[in-house]
Amino acid sequence: MQPVSSWGRLTRAPHDVIALSDRSRAPAVVAASRRPALPFGNGRSYGDVCLNEAGVLWTTRDLDRFIAFDPATGRLECEAGVTLDEVIALALPHGWFPPVTPGTRHVTLGGAIANDVHGKNHHGAGTFGEHVEALTVLRTDGSTIVCGPEREGAWFRATVGGLGLTGLIATVTLRLRPVDGGWIDATTTPFDSLDAFYALSESSSTAHEYTVAWLDCGPGTAGETQGLFFAGNHATSIDPLPPARERALPLTPPLSLVTPLSVRAFNRLYRRAHERAPTTARQDYRRFFYPLDGVRDWNRIYGPRGFFQYQCVVPEAVQQDATRELLAIVAAAGTGSFLAVLKTFGERPPAGMLSFPMAGTTLALDFPNRGAATLALFERLDAAVDAAGGRLYAAKDARMPAALFQRGYPQWQAFEAYRDPGISSQMARRLFGL
Amino acid sequence: MRPRVLIIGATSAIAHAVARRYAGRQAALFLIGRRLPALEANAADLVVRGAEAVGCALLDANDHDRHEAVLAEAWAAYGGFDVALVAHGVLPDQAAAERSVTATLESFDTNAASVIALLTLLANRFEAQGSGVIAVISSPAGDRGRASNYVYGAAKAAVTVFAAGLRHRLHAKGVRVITIVPGFVDTPMTAGIAKTGPLWAAPEQVARDIVRALERGFGVVYTPGFWRWIMSAIRHVPERLFVRTKL
Repeated sequence: MQPVSSWGRLTRAPHDVIALSDRSRAPAVVAASRRPALPFGNGRSYGDVCLNEAGVLWTTRDLDRFIAFDPATGRLECEAGVTLDEVIALALPHGWFPPVTPGTRHVTLGGAIANDVHGKNHHGAGTFGEHVEALTVLRTDGSTIVCGPEREGAWFRATVGGLGLTGLIATVTLRLRPVDGGWIDATTTPFDSLDAFYALSESSSTAHEYTVAWLDCGPGTAGETQGLFFAGNHATSIDPLPPARERALPLTPPLSLVTPLSVRAFNRLYRRAHERAPTTARQDYRRFFYPLDGVRDWNRIYGPRGFFQYQCVVPEAVQQDATRELLAIVAAAGTGSFLAVLKTFGERPPAGMLSFPMAGTTLALDFPNRGAATLALFERLDAAVDAAGGRLYAAKDARMPAALFQRGYPQWQAFEAYRDPGISSQMARRLFGL
Repeated sequence: MRPRVLIIGATSAIAHAVARRYAGRQAALFLIGRRLPALEANAADLVVRGAEAVGCALLDANDHDRHEAVLAEAWAAYGGFDVALVAHGVLPDQAAAERSVTATLESFDTNAASVIALLTLLANRFEAQGSGVIAVISSPAGDRGRASNYVYGAAKAAVTVFAAGLRHRLHAKGVRVITIVPGFVDTPMTAGIAKTGPLWAAPEQVARDIVRALERGFGVVYTPGFWRWIMSAIRHVPERLFVRTKL
């Protein structure tokens, strides 16, 4: 038994860790493992979707082999423990890039699919699962399911966004997107109201592949919403990239460094660093997509008690009022959020039964774990999300109530038919009851 | 110059991490191992990563009678090698070995006898070539017998001394022999051990040191390098004191 934490570092419960490394033997290992077991990739999901206290974790990071790559078409087949970072290292020199990327490149492909992750280009490219051609899924009954959008489509839609509960994703075939080089032409525009954010989202979404906004959501920001709107496109430049720079947080501070005072100071500085007028710059893709990956173990900044991320989406019809209400609830709590990200999702048919995005607005907020006070804030946010007909993102969640999940994800009962009875997670026990 | 690289025990995590670094330089690789599906999976990975050619051959290292034939097959494929890495081994269950002569000697056969047999044949082939570098993966466990792993350690001590002798013999023949001594490496072989603390290294980190040693290293190469000093200290503790420690 080894203690295992997810990215939010809220718990450190013992798990029976089984490292999978040989894919030819993996079906037998999956079938023979004690139950319940759960696939575990690189541990970048925030809450309990990747945890299975006292049970088995199949770790997949050693399933990291490429199987085939065609530099002419950008079609990549590989084991599911490969990370996006490794995909980029292979593919970018050939002029290919992940079609969709979340805010960290240190996720495994299996994890990206099981959480059906999205990125700053959701309005044009949809979720990660939309770019997957095929999956092999290992079940605890010893069987292997090969599925894709047009082959065993129901298994595919259950496994994409399936929270790891339909089986262990062993291999992935993915379509990459062509790029000239590793540079992004990025525009940063300050805005000082929620209406201005929506106007920028509307006007940028056709001309820019990538859009996202950072909100000044520190304490004492109860007035109008202020923030920075980032929009970007892949540049045509093929100039070489500078070497990667990575700093590290070498140890966990005894207390969270994220306090109302530090959040306010950081947010003021961050905003002041950008002029009132829009600025345009050519950025290294690592800086544009993955600013937090520049600091290894940044999650330790929240101290030994860890932190929560709260990410919800509210539907387009009510997005302005609902978002305004959510921000008012956060402001009223007086704690602020160090990281507040706002983005509009486009209208796309979801790739998976339990995929998170829907047409509307998604808001993501980080909060240090202050116990009951933090949980009480989440209950108030839940009520607003629920009333708006929205839902929470499982990849970030550690506490949503089952009722909110079941209302937000109406296909949850249909999904249950595809679950592997030998697989469960703390999240599954909380949301499905087993 | 694209290197020709022979790897015995090619499905070990450290060996594959080394192979990946050579694949990135468009090397021609020849992989020898015990399980064909795993070898083929690694070969495909190396081809995607840029290897010019990857050959595979099956060998159970304890089947000494087949050593010469498999090496002949490898030499026939590429005409010779610039680099040979001997990386196979098993981590025996020390407690089980203490209760079983058979278990002790079986692990000794794999970790020492088969390695020495293969090094003997490789040494002669490299001597005939008059060039190249042979590396073998030993262990800090071979630096001093300790209660927790002396069965494994005794085999590795034999490998370390044998490799030192080969280095001496082949020095004048234009062939380098490198003894690689990795510290704690997070691999499937060490899966049963809780890996916390700053002493643990990733296979990629160790592989970088190994490739550097293969290019221009000499003698015994610890990786990460600080293990040289840790083991030097451990070797110098007087026996009377040492027997009272828990190591």
